[in-house]
Amino acid sequence: MTITMSQVGGIVRRKEDPALIQGRGVYVDDIKLNGELTVAFVRSPFARARIRSVDTSAALAIPGVRAVYTIDDVRSLGPLLAQIPIGKLRPLLADGVVNHVGEAVAMVVAQDRYQAEDAAEAVLVEYDQLPASVGLKFSATDEVKIHDDLESNILHTWVSHDWWPGVFELEDYRPAIAAAKERDDVVIVSQEMVNQRLIPVAIEPRAVLADWSHGYDRVTLYTSSQIPHAVSGAIAKTFGLPVNAVHVIAPEVGGGFGCKLNVYPDEILVCFASHQLEAPVRWTETRREAGYSTIHGRGWIGTATITGTKDGEILGYELDAMADMGAYSQNLTVAIPVLGLYAASGQYNIPVEWTVKCVTTNTQTTDAYRGAGRPEAAYYLERAIDMYAAEIGMHPGDVRKKNYFKKEDFPATTPIGLTMDSGDYITTLDKLLIDADYAGLKEMQAQARSEGRYIGVGLSSYVEVCGFGPSILAEFGFGWDGYGLPTSFSGSGLVRINPDGSATVFIGTGPSGQGHETTWAQIVSDRLGIGMERIRVAHGDTSDAPYGIGTFGSRSAAVDGTATYEAAEKVRSKAADLVAHMLEASAEDIRFADGGAHVVGAPGHTVTWAEIAEVAYKPHKGPEGIEAGLEAHAMFSPGNATWPFGSNIAVVEVDVETGNVDILRYVAMDDCGNVINPMIVDGQLHGGIAQGIGQALFEEAVYDPDGNLLSTSLVDYPLPTATDLPMFELDRTVTLTDVNPLGVKGIGEAGTVGSAQTIVNAVVDALAPLGVKHIDMPLRPKKVWQAIQDAQEA
Amino acid sequence: MYPRQFEYVAAGSIEEAVGVLAANPGAKVMSGGMSLIPMMKLRLLSPETVVDIGRVSGLDAIEDKGDYISVGALVRHGAVATSAVIGEHATALGQAASWTGDPQVRNRGTLCGALAHADLAADTPAAALALGMTMVAQGPNGTREIAASDFFVDSLMSALSPDEILVEARIPKRGGGSAYDKLGRRGGHSDYAVAGVASWVAMSDGVVTDCAIGITGVGTKPTLAVGAMEALRGQGPDGIAAAADRALEGITVLEDLYGSEAYKAHLAKVYTRRSLEQAVAAAS
Ligand SMILES: Cc1cc2nc3c(=O)[nH]c(=O)nc-3n(C[C@H](O)[C@H](O)[C@H](O)COP(=O)(O)OP(=O)(O)OC[C@H]3O[C@@H](n4cnc5c(N)ncnc54)[C@H](O)[C@@H]3O)c2cc1C
Repeated sequence: MTITMSQVGGIVRRKEDPALIQGRGVYVDDIKLNGELTVAFVRSPFARARIRSVDTSAALAIPGVRAVYTIDDVRSLGPLLAQIPIGKLRPLLADGVVNHVGEAVAMVVAQDRYQAEDAAEAVLVEYDQLPASVGLKFSATDEVKIHDDLESNILHTWVSHDWWPGVFELEDYRPAIAAAKERDDVVIVSQEMVNQRLIPVAIEPRAVLADWSHGYDRVTLYTSSQIPHAVSGAIAKTFGLPVNAVHVIAPEVGGGFGCKLNVYPDEILVCFASHQLEAPVRWTETRREAGYSTIHGRGWIGTATITGTKDGEILGYELDAMADMGAYSQNLTVAIPVLGLYAASGQYNIPVEWTVKCVTTNTQTTDAYRGAGRPEAAYYLERAIDMYAAEIGMHPGDVRKKNYFKKEDFPATTPIGLTMDSGDYITTLDKLLIDADYAGLKEMQAQARSEGRYIGVGLSSYVEVCGFGPSILAEFGFGWDGYGLPTSFSGSGLVRINPDGSATVFIGTGPSGQGHETTWAQIVSDRLGIGMERIRVAHGDTSDAPYGIGTFGSRSAAVDGTATYEAAEKVRSKAADLVAHMLEASAEDIRFADGGAHVVGAPGHTVTWAEIAEVAYKPHKGPEGIEAGLEAHAMFSPGNATWPFGSNIAVVEVDVETGNVDILRYVAMDDCGNVINPMIVDGQLHGGIAQGIGQALFEEAVYDPDGNLLSTSLVDYPLPTATDLPMFELDRTVTLTDVNPLGVKGIGEAGTVGSAQTIVNAVVDALAPLGVKHIDMPLRPKKVWQAIQDAQEA
Repeated sequence: MYPRQFEYVAAGSIEEAVGVLAANPGAKVMSGGMSLIPMMKLRLLSPETVVDIGRVSGLDAIEDKGDYISVGALVRHGAVATSAVIGEHATALGQAASWTGDPQVRNRGTLCGALAHADLAADTPAAALALGMTMVAQGPNGTREIAASDFFVDSLMSALSPDEILVEARIPKRGGGSAYDKLGRRGGHSDYAVAGVASWVAMSDGVVTDCAIGITGVGTKPTLAVGAMEALRGQGPDGIAAAADRALEGITVLEDLYGSEAYKAHLAKVYTRRSLEQAVAAAS
């Protein structure tokens, strides 16, 4: 089903930008409460150690210090809640042992942060250092077993044909793939590849401020979070309160990328301290701390193998991988590879066998980071397909097309049993190849090579399963049951027409820069004809927002946007009755546009929204028996996830003398279904592609063998900046989904899912004449240069 | 990111600032604060007193003094990068300044601050060495001049004594041509130098009569590549490659997150060659 929309589809400037770009946005750290106290944490210098003693006396003697808490004060409140309690759950403060550098051992509360930091330095902790287990391959041997109460450092192994026993009966493709390998007309390409650990680096680090009111038996927590409702659930469950006693407010959130899709110990600890000390208590993460106190992402090593015929038919794709969970399991830690599994087969109709071992190490916990498993999946698959194409000497586009699900195959079932409702992969790839002039690029490459220049053209395709999603997934552990909120992925929206005819829209999402205030206003404006400037979108405050699961997994528009659309529909239906009464017409003939309503065919016959609202709030002026007021709430539970897809091309030039990579062009062809606001969609792609390029070229969280994090500042964790990136050339196709009436699929993660392997494919293509077959990310010049040296020696 | 407690003094004059430094051992002078403040926030450095010279007037001029160019203590990287007189007579310094950090850093950070800070991967020290700059230091006993070649003592250590302030950097107008080239940590020219080389050459009849090469990023401190300089003198442009091969004489290469020893040694030679080629082209 498609609907026609007037506002929707237009480039509408973001409502949120004037405040944000003038520095007038309000973030947690901008909110000041009377009598605030502030927190600093004492952090472990060791990756693994037993804590012999903690002496807080010198710290307590420092002026302004109000309290120093250790695990003994808060043990009963922990451990930290998680959705899938596989592995070791995180104690709120280190409990007898520390398991990663930077783990919080004690919490100091003082009048100001300077005193608190001085006092944190004055807390004396005696440690007995223990051998640490760092590095996936080492940790998986169990030579140093990290947690006494667990059997192994391997916490769980996900196997694709048995990923959800009892729910899916799936084919075990191993015998078929083994048989294919025996054929003599096949080639087998296999490569071990690292998908390195990343630090999310939201521009606004995390920040929390708790204000426990003893008078009202209620706690207010301001937190920079993507999931305010979930946080309220977790706090309530932790303190044994009903969820309505916990008021969570996420004001402006300066970037999240998944790292604010967790409930963190500090969110609970500031509530505890506020309760104890009867004062508001704040903690704001520093950039350096963020590497220790906020989750990391990715951190996989795996061998991808393709078995296929010499003419490009893929007979089997296998991935045998390990994923680094870090020291403790938090919100979704062990489940992240499952999200990868959802995208394991990409756009291809091929047999897939995946095995991913979840391994604990003495490092910071990993969890969802933009794409969460799907960039890893796309990386291994698309690198492997490129190697296969190179091996058989086939056009990388032709190999892909040959193995794609075809348009007529939809709805299509993936090897792990999920149903992709729609897709038209060949059309999108063909349009990209033409837009980018792939053939011309290959000619330019040949010309450049003859001049001794190394230009590479990289291609890759992706499917981004998102828009979560079907209610049943909650039973896998993707609801917030672990936070005491037995829910699913439903979205919600509430549309209220105020007595003056303006509209307030309350939504259940937790945006961190995605432009929901604009997009949602467009949806409502479109349905009701109320001007964008007369619509205010409110979010992030659990005491007035309808229940919603939050913003992540490229789900907000497809799910909560749809709910808001449906709420607007309900309002429209009632308003039509009111207007029919006012204009003495039939409700079916009422149309809403231009700030009011009119009778179809009689454009002069109009009422304004202020007039409609007055009738709504003065029922004696309305139709007999109508309920006063004009507002509606709707929840939407999609029947399926959505399946956006696309293909990207990158053109790079490599300076083979230094290993420096220059991106000459980046062309993306995405299909996210209907586009509500092209500018916002492009913006999401820009950020997403930049993050993927960041992984491909620059970023890496580096731990030394002792578990010291070497990249804690932006000096040692280089991020891409505008000057490092080319102008992105974006275009799209529109293949609709009928999972939701808006026909929208999701775009928040697409850029990240699609880009890292595109860059690596391009660099490897550039260096093919030198014999380079693969380079692990990040492709810093030193590694590119080394790969060239190694290939030359081989 | 919260420094320990410290006293802050906003000096009205260099004399006053020197007085505060002399009276408070361990005190630190602050110009743009771009390196000092991050170090204090990370508690890597905790001076009890910070003397801010940022409000002292008359220190922010770039002046052509005839046989040298004077750069005052408060001249920012941005001003150096866009100065016409520096672009003409000290191209390498203008390039090094323009590739230092980002616009915010260039608008606050000073050339003299960067030189005094003596970071082993900073850009402008390489140019200071190649251009034969002179540092003018003012202390309790007046001023003294220090040649760039004597100025960079070790990682984060200059020849200034704790109670001296770098009040001026002088660039001699020696003719010839100069250039700076580097590989930055984010690739291209972005960020601190993985390897950066500034070259100055004077040419006569197609022969290099004199030259100087400053290398940064690869060793423990910005250093003159004396071997390469010696090799190039008296040679034509075709002597560049052989000279570049001697770039590392006297330099101990350090491995870091951005390069192995072998790689950085290789880069030092590559960028020596590239910057020499550009300097020779400029001088010819
Ligand atoms: C984000 C960022 C990126 C950067 N990127 C680069 C880069 O790509 N390349 C590069 O080379 N550098 C880079 N830098 C470093 C930058 O160039 C220096 O921080 C800056 O130039 C230092 O000058 P300042 O005036 O800010 O010195 P300050 O921070 O004020 O002082 C630095 C040190 O020098 C001392 N000092 C300062 N002025 C004097 C003086 N007049 N006399 C004696 N001692 C003095 C101080 O006591 C202190 O020890 C970067 C810095 C930042 C913050």
